[in-house]
Parts: sequence; C-alpha cells; structure tokens
Amino acid sequence: MELIVSGNAALWQTVALSLQVSGSASLMGAVIGLSLGATLAVGTFPGQRILVWAMNTLLAMPSVVVGLLVYLMLSRAGPLGSWGILFTPAAMVIAQSLLVVPLVAAWSRRVVLTARREGGDQLASQGASHALQAVLLLVHERWSVLTLLLTAFGRAIAEVGAVMIVGGNIDGVTRVMTTSIALETSKGDLPLALALGVVLLAVVGMLNALVAWLRPSSVSSPEAAV
Amino acid sequence: MGHHRVKQTWVQRVLLALAASGLMVCGVAAQERFIVLASTTSTEQSGLFGHLLPLFKQAHGIEVRVVAVGTGQAIDMARRGDADVAFVHDTAAEERFVAEGFSVARKDVMYNDFVLIGPADDPAKAQGRDISAALSRIASQSAVFISRGDRSGTHAAELRLWQRMGSDLSKNKPAGYRECGCGMGPALNMASSLGAYLIADRGTWLAFKNRGNLKILVEGDRSLFNQYGVMVVNPAKHPHVRHALAQTFADWLISPAGQAAIAAYKVGGEMLFFPNAKR
Amino acid sequence: MTSATPMTGEATAWLTLTDVHVSFGAVQALQGVHFTLRAGERVALVGANGSGKTTLLRLLHGLVAPTSGQRRWLQPQAVHRGILGAMVFQHPFVLNLSVARNLAVAFWLQGMSAQQRAQRIEESLRRVGLWGLASRPARTLSGGQQQRLALARAWGVHPCVLFLDEPTASLDPSAKREVEALIAEFADEGLTVVMSTHNLGQAKRLAQRVVYLDHGRIGADLPVGRFFDGPLPSDAAQFLKGEIGWDITA
Repeated sequence: MELIVSGNAALWQTVALSLQVSGSASLMGAVIGLSLGATLAVGTFPGQRILVWAMNTLLAMPSVVVGLLVYLMLSRAGPLGSWGILFTPAAMVIAQSLLVVPLVAAWSRRVVLTARREGGDQLASQGASHALQAVLLLVHERWSVLTLLLTAFGRAIAEVGAVMIVGGNIDGVTRVMTTSIALETSKGDLPLALALGVVLLAVVGMLNALVAWLRPSSVSSPEAAV
Repeated sequence: MGHHRVKQTWVQRVLLALAASGLMVCGVAAQERFIVLASTTSTEQSGLFGHLLPLFKQAHGIEVRVVAVGTGQAIDMARRGDADVAFVHDTAAEERFVAEGFSVARKDVMYNDFVLIGPADDPAKAQGRDISAALSRIASQSAVFISRGDRSGTHAAELRLWQRMGSDLSKNKPAGYRECGCGMGPALNMASSLGAYLIADRGTWLAFKNRGNLKILVEGDRSLFNQYGVMVVNPAKHPHVRHALAQTFADWLISPAGQAAIAAYKVGGEMLFFPNAKR
Repeated sequence: MTSATPMTGEATAWLTLTDVHVSFGAVQALQGVHFTLRAGERVALVGANGSGKTTLLRLLHGLVAPTSGQRRWLQPQAVHRGILGAMVFQHPFVLNLSVARNLAVAFWLQGMSAQQRAQRIEESLRRVGLWGLASRPARTLSGGQQQRLALARAWGVHPCVLFLDEPTASLDPSAKREVEALIAEFADEGLTVVMSTHNLGQAKRLAQRVVYLDHGRIGADLPVGRFFDGPLPSDAAQFLKGEIGWDITA
C-alpha cells in the first residue's frame, strides 16, 4: 500500500498512458463501430447477414490474437511496416480499437434496431433517409450509447494480450497498467501486482462515477440504468 | 436548471481533455534519438537494463527501448527488422543469424550462469556440484521438473543439459517433466507452488521475490555457463534500421566503460553478470 | 412543401390509385383499390381491425409502395423523397430531446434555414398551445401533450396533406377533445386531411367523405351524409350497426 501512496512518478505516468491509449482506442473504435452498427441496422445490401455473423463471432476474439494480427501488419516484414509505428503507443491504440469495434458495432446495431421499431416510421415519414434515421436514433438513445462506450473502454483498458505484443511493454514508452501487472507477476512480486490492479480498478471506478454524476437527473426512460 | 448548465460545461471540458490527450498519444516517439533493442526477459527482469541504460544515455544521448521477450522471439524480431539490435544468450542461434546475413557480426558481452533450483527438502537428492548427476536423479525419481518450453536461451540451454546427460527428450520425456511455454518468472512461480525443480538463470533468481521454499541446489558446474552476445541488425537486409545509433550501443557494451558498468551491477552484494568481451 | 389552395372551381387532385394491391409476404393487405384524393377533402377511413385502413393511409402517404397496380402522384413537386404531406401516428414518437428541439429536427429534415426554423417552432407551438413547454424534455409530456406536439410537428412543415392514423385512440377524453378540435381547425383552414378512425362520431364530426374498408377492399366510398343516413351495401350497414352499438363516445 505504501508503494502506491508514495506517489511514484513512474506509476502515474503508467496510469496516464493507460488512460490515453485506451481512451483514444475507445473513441476511434466507437466511431468505426457506431458507423458499422448503424449501417448493419438500417442498410439492405447483399452479404449483410454474413457481416452480422462475422461481427458477432469477432466479439469472442481473444485480445492476444488481435495483437498478433496487428503485429504482423505493422512489422517491418509486414504490409504496413513502412509506417514504423510498431512498439509505439500508436500501435497499441490501433490494436485496442480493433478489439473494441465488434463490441460497439454489435450493441449499437441492437440499439438502432430496437429504437427503429418504435420510431422508424415517424422519422421516415418526416423524410429522414435510412442513414439519418440511424444517426437520429443514436442521438435519441445517447445514454445507452454512452454506457456502451464505457463498456468498450473497460474492455480496452483491462486487456493485456494485444497491448503487450504490439507495444512491447517498453519501460517509459509503452508500459501500461496491465502490462506492468503482468511484468510484476512474472517477476514474482505478487503484492505489487495486486496493488497495481487495485489502482487500475480505482481509476476506472472514478471515471464511471464521473459519468454517473454528469448524467441528467431527469430520467429519460423508465429502465434507465447507467 | 443551473445545475444542468454546470454539468453541460463539465461534459464539454471532459470531452476536450480526452481529445487533447488522445492527440498527445500520437505525438510520442516523434523525434528523439532512440533504438529498439530486442532482448530477453531474463536480462530485463534481473534489473540490469535499469542500471545500464541510463548510463549509456548519459554518455551518448541515445534512448534504448527494450522489448523483452524470449530469445527465440527476440531473434525473430531482429530478423524481421522490427528491432535495431539484439542482445540475447543463445550462441548457436546467434551464429546462425549471422550466417544468414542478418547481422554482420556477433560480439561476446558478458556471461552469467544457470542454477538448478528446487525445493529445500530435495526429494530427488539433486543437490551437489554435478548437473548431469542431478538431472538423472530427478528423471529416475520422476520428480516434477518445469521446463520453459518457449525457445528462449534458457530453454535452449536446459535442452542441451538434458542432451549431455544422455536423455533424448523428443523420444522420452521423464514422467515429471512439465513444459509451461512461459517466461522465467512464471516458471519460477509454478515451481514455487508445486515444489518442483527447474533450471533458472542466476540473475532472474536473485531478483525473484516469490521463492516459497525453493533454493539453489546445483551451481558452479562448467556446463551451466551462459554466454550473452550482441548483434546489430545488418542494414543491407533492413535499410531502415538505425544502424549508426545501434552500432554505438553495441560498441559501448564491449567498451571498458560498458564492461565496467556491467560489473558494477550487484544485487545483495553479488554480481549477476560477468563481463567477458574480447579485446 | 407548399400548402394547397384549391383552384377556383375544380379542386386539384393529389394522387390516384388504380387497381392497387399491397401484400406483405403472404398477407394481402389491400386488393383492387381505386381511389383519388383531392385537395381540400376531409376523408375518414373506417373499418374493422385488419381491414387495411392503416395500409391504405401509409400507401397514400408514401411509406408503402403498391405490390401491383398504379399509384400516380399528380403534383410531383409536392412529393419529397417519395413522401407526400405529413403523418401523425396513433402513438406519438418523440425524440429524447426538448420539445423545441424535436420540432427543430423535423424542420431541419425539411430543409428549413435556421431562422425559418426558429420562427416556425414558435408559431407551431403557439398554435397547439405548447409554447410554455418548449424547453421541457419531450418524453416527460403527457400522452395528450405528446400528440399535440406531433400535430405541431406535422402542421409546422405546412404539409399539403395531413394523414392521421387513429390519432385519438390512445388518449383520455379531454385530450381527445383537444386534439380533435385542432384537427378540425386545420381542416377549416383548408388543409387536406385523411384520417383513419374507430370512432364513428369523430368521423361524422370531422369528415366530409367516408371510405369504408373491408378485408382489404373498399366497400363504400361516400360523402359523409350519405354514408350515415343513406342506403349502404350490406356489410357496410352491418359494420355501422355493430360499431354504433358499442362505440358511444359521440
């Protein structure tokens, strides 16, 4: 406990990097995932059912596998090697975004489909195209979407497999909370590893509390539950 | 209503902060002088780099980014050009790497030794100065033995030791032999909780904090000697490597200053690594 | 979208349906429908549940296309993206935004400029008596208020035709009266109105033409006086008797 309270600068740097990497990845993944989910909800095109099946299957994708695939893409021996971003936070953001996309897409598709059953006719009657309907309904359901984004962020910040492989756990550069915990565990320093785990949970807990406070007090739907 | 307004401005501020920090992340790794070093978990976990690299940075102003993985993976990284220099401990694999043209030369830097670790009560009576005798007693008693099984330098050394004793592991594994496919630390964790035997490098053992009732049972046998080498990736194969900076690092390691720094690293008064670069 | 001012003499026709069939998979919702809608008309669609009233409304509005037969828009400039006029549904759907923002979205979808929108929002809300609630979250309004919001949203775009699908069926009596009064006022101002209803008293009060639907076909299409007083085909007559029997909210 004293290890943490002593306010180790390296620790706070690690926490900050975790938040930055997973935060950026959640945002990027959200943009892609929401677009994909909305398209799958309102679109009608050949191969749609296959895409939905693929998206649902990718929900179970292990983070290590995502990490490996991104590593192979970004490796100098791979197609995007010339970008030179392997073992940098940028690669970690990319890997975590990919992890988050199926989650956001699957859920936002559900959200839009359900909302559309209620209000799709009305919006169509007002002249909204399919795409606009999806956007308006996502705005309509923005608190559900926010809960979804928090879930995505949780998945990103808690994962270790992808970020370890593409980041390399480089001290001071790509070491985040989860890879630190893995490192300390493998060094046998279990109390420190556990303590770091508690810090990670506390940070995420504070974020969730902040979001709960920002929510408007007037509950917009009976089953509100963020 | 006012409360609602306050919340709204906070939402905007939070979003702005998120966006700003997101952009910051992409700015990392922009202009500094740095190299990527592929090395092994045992070297990193021993704490050597924490001691050595700041000294190098002070002397030459170059940041060394260490990606610590198993020796096999480290050499693989260098082969793909994802690292600028490799620092591992598997001489045979290193010489193959040079022969394939991925490095111009390998240079000896330092050695440490392996030790046989096992439970204090030593059911297989492995304790002593002879590693082959110890291993054969472990095999005949079917005592639990943890192998890293991960193509690391330590794993390669362990396999050589079994071979020297006359065991062909590909045909006939001893009854207690367990491969975890993991790093040194997790293997030690496993041995600690199972009361098992394993081969470890002294550096990781000295830094390991979860010993339980494990202790060193065999040390000092000549065949437990573990040589480390450094190889700069050949720019002819990978033009993008930061060759000049990487060469500076390799040269520094084998220079008197670098060798002295290695010798100065001690844990509990004991030296972990013994510099032996050829002049 | 321009509002319709009937020409002197012959009223302009909005659309015609010629031998239209509409089916959804195996279900035949409408069969052999011939129909013309003229500007300034006040049409009530009546019939049992499942008779095709809603499908006919949606077909006229543009939400559904004929499976066979022809629907011709006679004033193509009044049709936007295949939709003619505006529609009010039985259960009003309001976005999770303020009352004013709901209208802003609807008006933005119609391509109004920011200034136009601001003006029209105030105008429409005052028209239906909701101006005082403009910044309230729309979902906190009562059922009757939400339906008035839906009317404001529809009227506010100055539609050529106002379609309503059983607009008062889910409302309590006082809300019913308020909504009916508004519809009557809109009709008096010259707005073409097509409304489906279960409430024959309502049909009598508001409509000047009654269309009776039975199993997807038009059973009778008569001026309101003749529908309620004159001789009717037998099934329409049966319907009238049955409905009047137990629907006493006249």
